[in-house]
Amino acid sequence: MSPLFTYLVVSTFLFVIGLVGALTRRNAIMVLIGIELMLNAANLNFIAFWRFSSHAEALAGIMFVIFSIAVAAAEAAVGLALIIAINRHYKTTDVTQMDSMRG
Amino acid sequence: MTVSFAIIAILTIASAIAAMTLRNLVHCALALAGAFAGLAALYLQLDAQFIGFAQILVYVGAVAILIVFAILLTGGSDPAKQPIFSSGWCIGAGVALAVLGVLVWALRSSHTINETLPDVSNTSVRRIGDQLMTKYILPLEVIGLLLTAALIGAVIIAMKEEKTK
Repeated sequence: MSPLFTYLVVSTFLFVIGLVGALTRRNAIMVLIGIELMLNAANLNFIAFWRFSSHAEALAGIMFVIFSIAVAAAEAAVGLALIIAINRHYKTTDVTQMDSMRG
Repeated sequence: MTVSFAIIAILTIASAIAAMTLRNLVHCALALAGAFAGLAALYLQLDAQFIGFAQILVYVGAVAILIVFAILLTGGSDPAKQPIFSSGWCIGAGVALAVLGVLVWALRSSHTINETLPDVSNTSVRRIGDQLMTKYILPLEVIGLLLTAALIGAVIIAMKEEKTK
């Protein structure tokens, strides 16, 4: 196995673990944690491909991850604020009970 | 594959699994911080020092603490009585398995995998700063605007609503 391949395997596992959590957990905060894990798996892919590319001096992968981390931080702040607001209105963080718009 | 990579990778994946399966939400947040730290170590192994320390600062320092705050504010620190997985969990697990299958297929059929580690010597923070201030100046400004707007929006959303007469 080449070194790049092992990093891609780790990133694949992280992405799928995050996806399972985001799709199956009841608590909205856990869904957000799963999304964060998926974002981190994508960042690991960016860094691995940057490191093993032949044009590493262009720093494209590093720049992409810097902006990705900033966007993920903004996403986490807004997502957690939404969860707190929903918890104040409905007194629950269970995503299966937030169904007042269900037809 | 070196021994240190194997240890870090196993620790990272184990903490990610723990973060997704534990019952107590505070334990989940702690395991998540462990997974983030493991990822930072992987970045350091890949010669991306700046990203590694930014990962520790932003994720372990800010996002994990924010998640702990949200858990405590929503009163989710005591373990739930009902099952932690939603009733349609088998559908979600099936979708995740399908995604895993597609990713494994893509990994196995890729031919462009570079066997040798190219030499990178010029990834100093000074060079990253130079690039950020010249080539990537517009994305940098946009990301600053996005962060400002997102944080103001988060404060407004989470603020207590005043009763309107």
